[in-house]
Amino acid sequence: MPETLANASMRQGMPAVSWRRRMTDHVMTGAAVLTVLLVLAPLIAIFGYLIYKGVGSVNWAFLTQIPKPEGEAGGGMANGIVGSMVMLGVASLIGVPLGIGAGVYLAEYGRNRLGDAIRFTADVLNGVPSIVIGIVGWAILVRGHGFSALSGGVALSIMMVPTICRTTEEMLLLVPQALREAAYGLGIPRWRTTLSITLRTATSGVITGVMLAFARIAGETAPLLFTALGNEYWSGRLPFDSHWRRQPWTLGLDQPTAALPLQIFKYATSPYDDLHRQAWAGALVLIILIVTAVAAVRFAVRRSSFGAA
Amino acid sequence: MLRTSGGEVQDRVFQSAIILCGVAVLGILVLIVYELVSRSGLSWHAFGFKFFAGSEWDPVNKQFGAMPFIYGTLVSSLVALIIAVPLAVGVAVFTTEMCPRALRGPLSFFVELLAAIPSVIYGLWAIFVLVPLLSGYVQPFLATILGWTGLFGGPQYGVGMLAAGVILAIMIIPIISSITREVLMVVPQHQREGVLALGATRWEMIRVGVLRNARAGIVGGVILGLGRALGETMAVTMVIGNNPQIVKSLFAPGYTMASVLANEFSEATGDLYLSSLIEIGLALFFVTIVVNALAQLLVWTVTRGQPARGHA
Repeated sequence: MPETLANASMRQGMPAVSWRRRMTDHVMTGAAVLTVLLVLAPLIAIFGYLIYKGVGSVNWAFLTQIPKPEGEAGGGMANGIVGSMVMLGVASLIGVPLGIGAGVYLAEYGRNRLGDAIRFTADVLNGVPSIVIGIVGWAILVRGHGFSALSGGVALSIMMVPTICRTTEEMLLLVPQALREAAYGLGIPRWRTTLSITLRTATSGVITGVMLAFARIAGETAPLLFTALGNEYWSGRLPFDSHWRRQPWTLGLDQPTAALPLQIFKYATSPYDDLHRQAWAGALVLIILIVTAVAAVRFAVRRSSFGAA
Repeated sequence: MLRTSGGEVQDRVFQSAIILCGVAVLGILVLIVYELVSRSGLSWHAFGFKFFAGSEWDPVNKQFGAMPFIYGTLVSSLVALIIAVPLAVGVAVFTTEMCPRALRGPLSFFVELLAAIPSVIYGLWAIFVLVPLLSGYVQPFLATILGWTGLFGGPQYGVGMLAAGVILAIMIIPIISSITREVLMVVPQHQREGVLALGATRWEMIRVGVLRNARAGIVGGVILGLGRALGETMAVTMVIGNNPQIVKSLFAPGYTMASVLANEFSEATGDLYLSSLIEIGLALFFVTIVVNALAQLLVWTVTRGQPARGHA
């Protein structure tokens, strides 16, 4: 019976441990290792399949064309990729300042009843199912106006706020009080201290929070189902038409808009093999989009903090 | 210390702007509650409490009962918990108590990577990999071994309650395991040393010295996982079969509250139909909030006073 090192050292100078107890110890250790393997298996399987199925299908046509009519092979998800970016942009424009502002309030002014209420509310909001956020997006922006990219972006921004708010607060609380006091001592007003000293010091942490929130909403599908709805065509107009003639371009924020996750959902549940292939390709692009966004922000943060030092 | 009045005005403006952001967070919650409550009124007046007990979902004849969806949500989440809890706790115990220090970081990173995969990609994978796996190997096996319980009978399509439970389990493992790890790490070292000094083996030390002390926090993590499972939409919608029925067998297709919203909301015609769907949304909202608040409370009782060690 081979003994683990820990067991041997544990028993030094002690009465012998019974066979049954030693066996239980070995069995439970084995069981723990088994759980790790069982949990890592789906992770490996999912990434493996994404690469195996996706890599062959991501090509120039997939990235530049819009979907072909149903049943026809070919086409791509270019409108979904652009639509996703537009909606993520709208969501970030609303969600990031609001979230950071709320976080600053909690950290710098929030030691009171109102602060506790906001803290609790943010935690509650974090647990609200994304499909419910979708209903609210529909109720405030779609009813009477129609499905639009704007309503999708707003629904996504609601999901960003609580994450950004709580991480910003945590990061600001890590900034030493002495830094703030030193700034006050120099006669710098409180708002200036908060913006230029406290927030500046915590920048990389705050951006990490923003990044987390961004990665979370980038793959969200449920809140878009009845806000952005999806679209087989471009929602806005590109600066050039298909014959490269100049034309007035629009973002199409008021139009039903395609999004990468929506198209993956639709294609995965469709009966056509070619669409299944494209769903895998879309999934791979989506994962790459998320990872690139996260990596780019990481890189930018590192650069800017070097600049500061 | 002398302060200029200009600084004071700017301070006040800044403070108001910041307070406004904070209050906006409250506003969002109020807005959610208001929209859900006011827009589900029609269905509430038409059916009252019978809405949650009725098992008929017939948009054509305007009969709406939410029971099959509530049943589907509860059963799929329960299956998920039964699979996920032992695995997640096992992983947490292994990473905090057993594995070499060098493995600790990468291992938790990989488990948390599971949390970064979008729901729709889980669904895609489940449709093309998990479902064939279940119908080809797992379901025939379960039917022969445990068929007598009645839980594993009927046609083995792969798609159904079991598939939904399995994919949900994979999705909530990172949440449960990261909270459990956090809770295990705040168990004081002298607890472990004390039990070891009494001559315990490593497993006995973990059972008596660690797990028993962290019980409340682990339960909190499990409930947080439950909250996530209840509201999960896309992956479940893609594999549960979407059939509003109450059947004992886990092989049979079902429907959840979140999936019916995903499938029918944008195509619902008629005010009562929409209102009924929104009432399901309201119920889902309410349940997840209660579940999450409970979980938060339990985790706090264990980690209270400890510095934050990362996020769920």
